[in-house]
Amino acid sequence: MAVVIKSEACKGCKLCISACPFEAIEMQGKVAVITEKCTACNQCIDACPFHAISREAANLKEADLDAYKDIWVFAEQRDGRLMNVSKELLGEGRRLAESMGSDTKVYAVLMGDAVENLVQTCAAYGADGVYLAEEMHLSHYTTDGYTKVLTEMIECYKPEIVLYGATHIGRDLAPRVAARLNTGLTADCTRLDVSVAAYKAYAEKYTTLDTSTLDAASQDRTLLQTRPAFGGNLMATIVCPKTRPQMATVRPGVMQQCEKDMTRKASVIRIQPALCETDIRTEVIEVVKQAKAMVSLSDAEIIVSGGRGLGTEEGFKLMETFAAKVGGTVGASRAAVDAGWIDHIHQVGQTGTTVKPKVYFACGISGAIQHLAGMQDSDLVIAINRDPEAPIFEVADFSIVGDLYKIIPQLIESWDDIMYTA
Amino acid sequence: MAFKIVVCVKQVPDTNEIKIDPIKKTLIREGVPSILNPDDANALEAALQIKDELPETEVTVISMGPPQAKAMLTECMAMGADRAVLLSDRALGGSDTWATSNALAAGIQKLGGCDLIFAGQQAIDGDTAQVGPQIAEKLALPQVTYVSKIETVGSLSDASHTMTVVRTLEDGYERIKVQIPCLITAIKTLNEPRYMSVRGIFDALQKEVTVWQAADLGVDATEVGLDASPTNVYRSFTPAVKGRGQQITGDTDRELAVNLLQALKSKQIV
Repeated sequence: MAVVIKSEACKGCKLCISACPFEAIEMQGKVAVITEKCTACNQCIDACPFHAISREAANLKEADLDAYKDIWVFAEQRDGRLMNVSKELLGEGRRLAESMGSDTKVYAVLMGDAVENLVQTCAAYGADGVYLAEEMHLSHYTTDGYTKVLTEMIECYKPEIVLYGATHIGRDLAPRVAARLNTGLTADCTRLDVSVAAYKAYAEKYTTLDTSTLDAASQDRTLLQTRPAFGGNLMATIVCPKTRPQMATVRPGVMQQCEKDMTRKASVIRIQPALCETDIRTEVIEVVKQAKAMVSLSDAEIIVSGGRGLGTEEGFKLMETFAAKVGGTVGASRAAVDAGWIDHIHQVGQTGTTVKPKVYFACGISGAIQHLAGMQDSDLVIAINRDPEAPIFEVADFSIVGDLYKIIPQLIESWDDIMYTA
Repeated sequence: MAFKIVVCVKQVPDTNEIKIDPIKKTLIREGVPSILNPDDANALEAALQIKDELPETEVTVISMGPPQAKAMLTECMAMGADRAVLLSDRALGGSDTWATSNALAAGIQKLGGCDLIFAGQQAIDGDTAQVGPQIAEKLALPQVTYVSKIETVGSLSDASHTMTVVRTLEDGYERIKVQIPCLITAIKTLNEPRYMSVRGIFDALQKEVTVWQAADLGVDATEVGLDASPTNVYRSFTPAVKGRGQQITGDTDRELAVNLLQALKSKQIV
């Protein structure tokens, strides 16, 4: 599906060149041509007033897509505990299954050693069924072991969609599985749709996308996988039209869990993994849990984040005091983490944690795009910054232009009086 | 015997420097520099540190991209890489991670294979973190991702042929012994990438970047490029900006604080 410019229709207006985010269009003589930097993002197609740019459909043989059905969620467990992101994905799986029709079921894929007790947890969070693969070599995650077992299960049972949490394990496993199955994988999705109508409604409400070419009546149920690209500067919706399963990783904290219901039941399909020691070319010598990792930004209701404007490492002491007062968790911008003032585990943004708390305090954060990409879905954003031009104010519900070292102590002092009196 | 190391690198726009035109809602590209992807600099540094220990080690950097990426590859040689290969061809354009890893795996095979492959954990323009593991899969190598420390590298004369590395997790880390050859993806905390030396720059400018096209790699349109890619872009758009909210006013810091808290309280969220 390459993007092509019909040179006879090109008038040389160069509008496509300024529309292209990838500098992939050049003038050759009086006409524009597309270079190898093109990623087929389609930005230029709408930009051309002369309809000289179009997509060329690929002429490829399609796999038997109808043989694939149901939605699988990789139920990631560590030390016998189901990761929150897996619960969120079971919730999202339910939502997708409902718009795909009653014949679509949601399955959790549970791998490990002696993890059967998690079957009920998977059911409670929305799984209709659980594929349970228990084997001693699966007790701890290894790339080789998990890839082999999961790939064989997918080949055997043919799910239409497979979702993984974009964790350090999910992002190690999913690309490996995708490469072995020769199918597509979309990383770090922030939205999934199987209905063009729902996608169109979302695009109209929240984006600048021209939706006139989207057919809301379409029965197509291709998985539309929306993710930030280009450091969050651009959103791209990715499809996997020719191969199955359609696979995506999803950031923790992005999707909604369903209401936990311990009375829900799931069928169990036991898998006997064919795995031996020589299949696994790595040896986990030691696993160390670190207390600092207890920062749970994705679950926090209130986040107090500090950025470069703090000026020093000491500034995070004020952030901690403030967070303690408001019952919040401390976050940070990439600039503050890069400066070495605070550990990466606190980082909010495209390369840190995606958060959507009820309240997000951005203190001394200028609001680089990559930071905004990780927090702009917060219910309420409060920005405190000395620079009235700071981009963070563009997404803030309440703004204070001022010195955070003067304002925040006042907020701490007045908090109880104002918030806890009628 | 010396190690043969391949480092996979990518030229990326410095996404921190990109801004959105507030009126047209389009990316402002002017003046955005192209840089060596930050994690890839850590990957290269890891290879160069092995070369510091074992000077016969041969470090090759490989990239896929447009001809402009040669400048970045020359910088890699100025840092200390022995040679550089660029896979560049219109036929490779529009490759997704699956197709990109096909091209890079073919390039590494054409180099005659290697003992170790280093790659950055992820590139700042795509942020997928997929190409490294997919190269490993296509070359049937073991992988360790999110590596923050290399503890030991078994020498090739050593029968064990393993290395021990630290892989970070969200809630801690694991120490992993992995068989060589393997692919390692580096995160920022792995090391502090070195600067180019004057001597290195001088030497690098004397060297050519080897350029291979799809035909040189023996790959065709079913393996690389837009048509071969299992994923395609369906639509793309700039995120809508939420828009400025209310600016809190007040004559003193105390007044500003109190007014903010009153406003917060009125929202009944906290």
